[in-house]
Formats: sequence, C-alpha cells, structure tokens
Amino acid sequence: MTSLAVAEQEAETRAWRGRVGLIGLIMAEISLFGVFVVAYLFYMGKSLNGPYPKDVLDLPVLATVCLLSSSIFVALGARALPRGDVRWAGIWLFVTALLGTIFLASTAKEWYRLIYREGLTIGTNLFGTTYYPLVGLHATHVIIGLCMLGLCCVFAWWGALRPVHGERVELVSWYWHFVDAVWVVVFTVVYVIGR
Amino acid sequence: MSVLAPTTTSPEAAGNRRALVEQLHDWVVTVDHKRLGIMYVVTGLVFFVIAGAEATAMRVQLAWPGLHVVAPETFNRLFTMHGTTMIFLVGIPIVFGFGNYLVPLMIGARDLAFPRLNAFGFWVLLFGGLLLHFSVVGGDGLYGAGSAPAVGWFAYAPLTGRAFTPGNATDYWNLAILVTGVGTIATAVNLVATTLTMRGPGMTLGRMPIFVWVMLTVSGMTLVILSPLSAAQIMLALDRYLGAHFFDTQAGGSAVMWQHFFWFFGHPEVYILMLPGFGFVSEIIPVFSRKVIFGYATIVAATVSIGLVSLSVWAHHMFAVGMGAPLNSFFALSTMLISVPTGIKIFNWLATMYGGRLQFKTPLLFCCAFLFQFLCAGLTGVMLAVAPFDWQLTDSYFVVAHFHFVLVGSLLFTIFAAMYYWFPKVTGRMLSERLGRWHFWLLVIGFNLTFITMHVPGILGMPRRIYTYQADRGWEIWNLVTTLGVPLQLIAVLIFVVNVVLSLRRGTLAGDDPWDAWTLEWATTSPPPSYNFDAIPVTTSRRPLWDLKHPDDLDGPHE
Amino acid sequence: MRRRGVLICAFVAGLPALGAAADGQGPTPNMFAPVSTPAYAIREIAFFVLGITGAIFVVVAGLTLYTIIRFRRRAGDGPSEPPQVYGSRQIELAWTVVPFLIVLVLFLVTARYIWGIERYQQPPGAVEVTIVGNQWWWEIRYPKLGVVTANELHVPVSDPARPTPTFITLESADVIHSFWVPQLAGKMDVIPNKTNHVWVDPTTPGTYVGQCAEYCGLQHALMLLIVVVHPREDFERWVAAQQAVARDDPAARRGRELFASLACINCHTVRGTPANGVFGPDLTHLMSRWTIGAGAARNTPENLRAWVDDPGTLKSGALMPAMKLSRRDLDTLTAYLVTLR
Repeated sequence: MTSLAVAEQEAETRAWRGRVGLIGLIMAEISLFGVFVVAYLFYMGKSLNGPYPKDVLDLPVLATVCLLSSSIFVALGARALPRGDVRWAGIWLFVTALLGTIFLASTAKEWYRLIYREGLTIGTNLFGTTYYPLVGLHATHVIIGLCMLGLCCVFAWWGALRPVHGERVELVSWYWHFVDAVWVVVFTVVYVIGR
Repeated sequence: MSVLAPTTTSPEAAGNRRALVEQLHDWVVTVDHKRLGIMYVVTGLVFFVIAGAEATAMRVQLAWPGLHVVAPETFNRLFTMHGTTMIFLVGIPIVFGFGNYLVPLMIGARDLAFPRLNAFGFWVLLFGGLLLHFSVVGGDGLYGAGSAPAVGWFAYAPLTGRAFTPGNATDYWNLAILVTGVGTIATAVNLVATTLTMRGPGMTLGRMPIFVWVMLTVSGMTLVILSPLSAAQIMLALDRYLGAHFFDTQAGGSAVMWQHFFWFFGHPEVYILMLPGFGFVSEIIPVFSRKVIFGYATIVAATVSIGLVSLSVWAHHMFAVGMGAPLNSFFALSTMLISVPTGIKIFNWLATMYGGRLQFKTPLLFCCAFLFQFLCAGLTGVMLAVAPFDWQLTDSYFVVAHFHFVLVGSLLFTIFAAMYYWFPKVTGRMLSERLGRWHFWLLVIGFNLTFITMHVPGILGMPRRIYTYQADRGWEIWNLVTTLGVPLQLIAVLIFVVNVVLSLRRGTLAGDDPWDAWTLEWATTSPPPSYNFDAIPVTTSRRPLWDLKHPDDLDGPHE
Repeated sequence: MRRRGVLICAFVAGLPALGAAADGQGPTPNMFAPVSTPAYAIREIAFFVLGITGAIFVVVAGLTLYTIIRFRRRAGDGPSEPPQVYGSRQIELAWTVVPFLIVLVLFLVTARYIWGIERYQQPPGAVEVTIVGNQWWWEIRYPKLGVVTANELHVPVSDPARPTPTFITLESADVIHSFWVPQLAGKMDVIPNKTNHVWVDPTTPGTYVGQCAEYCGLQHALMLLIVVVHPREDFERWVAAQQAVARDDPAARRGRELFASLACINCHTVRGTPANGVFGPDLTHLMSRWTIGAGAARNTPENLRAWVDDPGTLKSGALMPAMKLSRRDLDTLTAYLVTLR
C-alpha cells in the first residue's frame, strides 16, 4: 500500500475509534435515562398528595421546537466543516447553542413557576421526586452539550477550527442528536402520557 | 521503556534515588495500557488482602456461638465492606486490568483507543476505593455517626434512608461506588472501541482470541448495566440529601424498586466478573493440553448469549419478595436457561483436554480445580433457580457458600491461573513452580474445607449477616469447621505473595514464549516494549503462532 | 458481655422444654425436617433437583477426573503435538440439546410447585394472623380473635384430612425483614408499603424456631421468631387466656400505678389499663412468652429487671430507651410486670 493510502486508512480508523467510543457512551447514557424513565412511569399516579401533573404542567412547546430544530443546525454545522466552510460551521453551531440556551431558559422558567407558585419541590410528593431528576438530568446533558458547542464556536471565531477537526465536531453533533432524542422520550413520558 | 530497566537520564553521580523518583513519576503519569493494567491488578490485590482480613475477622467471630470478638456494629460493617470491596475494588480492577494489558497485545494493536481515558479510569477507581476506606478511619460525619457503612453490599432501601441510617456511613458507600462506576464505564468504552476498530492486519473478529471476545462481551454488558446502578445511587443520594422519596416507603415510595434497579446491575455484574475467568481458562487449557480449543465458534456464541441472557435473570435474587407466581416463574426459567451456554463451555474445555497431552504446570492445576469447583457452583446455582427451593436457601449460608464457590472457587482460581501464566510475559521472569504447587494445594484444601462445609448451616436454617447465633441451634460444629479452612487459605495467599516478590528478583528468565503458546502476545519480548511490537504481526488464523511454528499444518483450513 | 453470653446459653438450654407438647423438636430449623405442607412441598422439589444435579455432577466430574488422569503427558510422548480437534457439530449439538431438555423438565416442575404453593386457597376455619416486622421484634396480631402478642406465634395443629392452616399477612413498620421458619414454609420478605402473605399448616405439635432472614440493621441477629404448634384444644385455651385483659393482682398495685405514671404507657399496651401505646410490644400477657427482646434473653424476673433498667445490656442498640429508674422503682415495676401472665 502506498503511504498515502495507509495514512488515509489510519485516519478512517481513528475516526471510527471516536464514533464507536461515543456510541458506547450513548449506550450507557440510554441506560441511565432509562432507569429514571422507569421510575417516573412506575410512580405515575401514585403520589399520596398533590399537586398532580395535570394541575401544574404546561406543554413546553417553544422549548421543544427550539431543541428539536437545533438538531438540524448542528447537522448543518458538522457537515460544513469538513467541506472547508469554517465560517458557516461556526454560524450553524452558534445557532444550535442559542436554541439550546432558549430551551434551558424555558426549563428554568418552568421550574421557577413550579417551585414558587405551585409549591412543587422534589420532596413534595412522588411526582416531584421523579419529575425534577428526570428533567434535570436531561437539562444537565444539555448544559454539557452547550459547553462543547460553545467551545467549538469560540474556536471557530478565533480561527483555530479547521476542516481536519471535522470528526470531532461530528461527534459533538451526534451527542447533541442524542440529547434531542432523549427529550422526545422525556416529553412523551412526562407531558403526554403523564398528564 | 521496559518495566525492569530504570530510566536514568541524569548522570550516574545522582544515584539510584533520582532514578526511583523518576520511575515513580513515570508510573503516575503513564497512559501505557500495560502499566495501567499492572496498576489495576496490583490495586486489586491490595484490596484483596484488606477484604480478606475482614473476612477472617468475621469467621473468627462466628467460629463459636456467643463470641464477642467484634461488636455487633463492627461485624455489620465488616460484611458490608468485605462484599463491597471484593466486588468493586478487587474483582473489577483485576479483571479489567488483565483486559487492559492483554487485549491490545492479543489483537495486534499498540495501545487502547483512548490512552488518557484509560488512565482516568484507573485513577478514578483508586480514588473511589480510597474514599470508601477513608470512612473506616475518618468518617465521623454528621452526628458523629459516620463510619464504615453497615448496610450490606447491596444496600437495600429503606434501611439506607436517612431515617434508618443517619450519619455519613452510607454516603461513603454510595459516592465511592458511584465514582468507581464512572471509571468502569470509561474502561468499557475504551475496550469496545479498541476491539472494534484497532485490530491488526488479518485479525478478523472470527480470529480473535476467546479472551478478547470475552472482554468485548463484558464491556458491552458494562455499558448497559452499570448506569442503572449509578442512577439508583443518584436517587438514593437525592433521597438522603434533598428529601426525595424514591425509596421512601413512608411517602409511598417502593423499597422493591431499589432491589429491581440494583439487581438489574448486580446480576450481570457477577457475570462480568466471571466471564473473564472463563476467558483465562479458554486461553490456558489449550496451551497446556497442546490442543486447539474445541469448538471456538460455540464458545464465542455461548459467551455472547450468557452476556445477553444475564440481562434477564436479575429477579432471581428477589424470589422471596412476593413478586407473584408469573414473575417468579419467568425468572426461574431465564435463570435455568443461562445454565445451558455455561454448561456448554465446561464441555468444550473438557473436550479440549480430552486427547491432549496435559502438562500440569501451575496454571493448569488452578484450571483443573476450577473445573470441579465451578461445576459445583453452577449446580448449586441451578438449585437456587428453582424458586421454591430458593425460598428456603436464599438469604442463608447456602447462598453465601454458592457465591463464594463462584467468586473464590472459580474466579479467584482462574485469576491465579492467569497470574502464573502471564507473569512471565509481564515481568520477563517465571514464577516458582514449587511455591506455586504449595500455593495451589493449600488453597484447594482450605477453600473446600471452608466453603463445602458452609452449605450445611444454610440448610439447617442459619440466615446470613448475623453477628452471632445461639448455642444448640445445631450450627456450631459447621461454623467451626468453616473457620478452620481460613488459615490454610491465608497461608496460601501469603505463599503467592512471597512467590511474586522472590520471582521478580530471582525468577528464571522467561524469554518471549516460555509456554510454547499460540496467541500474539507471545510474539513479542517479555516484557513487551512500550510500543508492543516491532512490526505488527499479520494474523493468518486463530492461532497465528501455531501457523508460524507448524507451516505444514496450518489452522486456517480447519476453521 | 459475659452476662449476655450466660443468658443466651441458659435460654437455649431451656428451649427444648418449650411449648405445651414439645415433640422432641430441637431448635435446629432443618429444612429437610418439614412439618407443614409448604415445607414438605419444597423438600419434594429439593430432592428432585438434588437428584438431577447430583447425576450431572457425577457424570461431569467423573469425565473430568478421567480426562485429567488418562491424558497426562507421559515420558515417552515425544515433542510432537497430539492430533488437533477443532470441533464436532454433532457432539456440540448433543450437549446443547440435552441440557436444554433437562432445563425444560426442571422448569415445568418448578412452575407447578410455585403456583401450587402461592395460589393455595384459604379454606374456611383457617386462622388469620397479621405479623408486623419492627426493628428488632415481631408484632403478632390475631384480628378476628382480638389477640395481640409479640415474638411468639401460636398456631393450632392442622389435620391433613380437614386442614386448619394459618394464613399470615406480613407487613413492616420500618425496614425490610423476612419471615422464615424453615420447618414450616419458605421465606417471605416483610416489606414496608407492601403486604405479603404466607401460609403454614403444621401437622405435628411442637416448638419451631425461626428468625428474621433479611438484614434489617444492628440487631438483625437477635430477632428470633418462635412458633408454638398446639393441639386444637390447647390452642383454644391459649387464645382464651390471651383474650383476657391483664390480671389485676392487688399485691402489685403500686407497680401498676408506677407503670401508668412513667413513659411506659407511651409505647406499650396493657389491655385493661390506660396503657395503650403501639410502638413497643403488647405487654398484657408478657409472662406467657418464653423470651424477651425477641430471643435476646429468657423471660425471667432477673432478665426482665435488667431489660427495664437498660435494654442495651441484653441487646445493644435496642430502640427501647434505658428507663433510668431507682432500684426501688425498678423492683416495684418488675414485681408488677411478672404478674402479667
């Protein structure tokens, strides 16, 4: 094999190393979320006292639209970078982070209302006990994703982001897709089934 | 750089002390999978000694009724720490340590996929272990009621709630294991990525050594089952600190839910511990029988199916919880089914030995004892799968005897076999066969004296986790005999330690391939250079070195 | 403590004499000496499983031993390798199918026993008992008979022709415990916020000892459960005695008043007096029981006095506080308690 072909094959292997690694991590995360979802489902309807989900939960439409649409933008960003479009990659990643931040702000607003106006805390009843950790765990993962996206944006802005970093940004985008998929599940369980 | 040759970049005049500091520094900052593997195993052995001391104290206390060797609180802490340490700080590090060391060598790679993540995994494990043991000496915590945890290694709710266990003892258990779990997941990710993407030329999945298949399987299992434990521990921490009610039965919470989450982790966990033992045996028996492993594909299939089925058996730990006849029946069935692939493996090993030319070096001695002892362990497991029989046997000394047959009589014996087998590769020197035989025979006799006898008190109604018992329950003589096996095992382990220390300095030089074996790790020096191979060998079959040594009788056409 | 050791030995030495018609039943709770249908059933299936696993052990261990001996490397073997055998589809199929069939048979038998024991219908005339597990004692109630006691379960013997089993409802006041009297039935956990059921129908009178079988904290080891199986008439007599209110012995009046004035009544019930606390065992017929502290010591006046003075001397960590009474008060109180027969 020519040395160029060998180098290409090694680059391909390296890319798959990261992908397989991230898939492994995502499997572990699915398990983690799975248990909180199971706890939520098991305790549905078993609270000994209110407030109950249907009394206090509103559908977080804006937040959901923002978060799920951000998947499109992160995909655009991850695809732009290996093409050489560093500037557009940075822009798309920034839009993704912005949408994610709107999601978080919306969650924060909802929690404020639930805690201070509806009197629902983690210790109030089984609903509170299962709601806050599940949504909170997801929000924590959003924060981690925002940190990574933020770093990518900063590097893009500084000019340090290059097409050769395309694999890594692709992994960030896969992580972000995962976070969005989890939200679909959480949304369905908490806001659709649970109410 | 080699394990034995010190690094001296400074002039001779600075002397050995400088070299020692540099050596230690090299070990602390290393990302080399071989060094990390050694560090994992050594850490596991150190905790093994500590947990063994805890077991000895318990056996002395129980040797006769009404003894007061240790206070009740102390005894409860002893069995909690013993179980927790052995599972999380001995079994996992040793098994993943061997995986760390051997997998890249066996597949023709130069390191794991993520060397820095590997180092992170090790240090996080060590930190978790130190955190747990810190509780023994420094854990006064809130209300002065801290100390080593005393909730049992599976920490059932609601005993672990703030209401029933105030103070910080339980938190040490909770957080330390949460932390070590992160490290284990990291190592599992590493092993999966390495095995799937970094195999050397010609090393297809179907040519990987069985040990590599086993590590791939247990890493996959880890990714699925470790997070549920972490999730349950997060829930417990939320209960204890933020007033959540996940397991708070006074607020409508479910104590049984903790059990489901814990055992969904806990059962596959013990297969994660045992399967690598099977992997060791699958490498060692062929070499010392001078025959290829019988039924490679079946053993691989059996390994993977054990991994999958083990995800469906967890509630056989909960037969007495009152789940109802349908669930009890389902879990009885799944538990019985898992004995089929497990039995297949035993038959494959026997068939490998059959017709061979058995060389009874120490590794094979340990494997032979394993065959008998694992047979016992598996059969008592089948007894426990029969739910009504389990209603008598669970939570008694019968089940304690069963799982010690698995973890000591099977896993520990295979670990010792692996130590004697791969020590020459890791250090370049052979362990003493003579000391090895003393080690083996003392351990076999001591182990069986203790743990065969231990089945009897269980049948006679002795529950587990009791710090004493009344005279004339009919349990004294059995407990006494059980305790008598302990000194033999202690001496055996001591002999092993002496063997290691002496052989490191004065053992026979091993050379590349002292056992005339066939897998890739034997195709490089002992110990291997930091880059593993001068040139990555090309793999032509499941036994690349057999092909090199027998060019007229290649493995390939037979596979 | 030395005192505790002496007490434990004395307790056990007296145990065989326990019970109305002890039938030579020793305190060794051997699961292979059943006296009740669930335990009999379990022993049956146990023998079945032991037979199968025993046969497997003999065959496989025998094969292993044979292989190890027959295929040792011998001096004259030379340097060549033996013939390499890579596998055999037929053999591997055989040793997959046969174990699978064994598992199938074993499972079908197991399922039958699971359903048989769990789904047994309660017949009319069964005695109903509710047991509440506490740290570290058993509260035992007979709701339909109006009897409340602790740590000793009294049941009538059951005639196989016309069974009069005892159906037990299990609840917990705090953590998980487990009800286990091996000669009567398999274990059943006692779980807070969950109700479990177990049934026994002992066919032989006698005394059977069990103990808590799920680690429940500090004194899990001292949470014995003594089951006394009476012939029918004796059981009726016991029930009648337990149903009566507390004896009012005039000689112990000072002690009774002392009891009522102290914190005792906050935790304990003595029917027929103002004492109606529910945190501790019912003391109405305290002296009818063999032990105190769920097996911590024999129920003698000396031990009772020591217990009231400081339960921790007999059972460290027991949840009853040391009463810190003067010696005179202690004597008066004990003199009263021993009249609660």
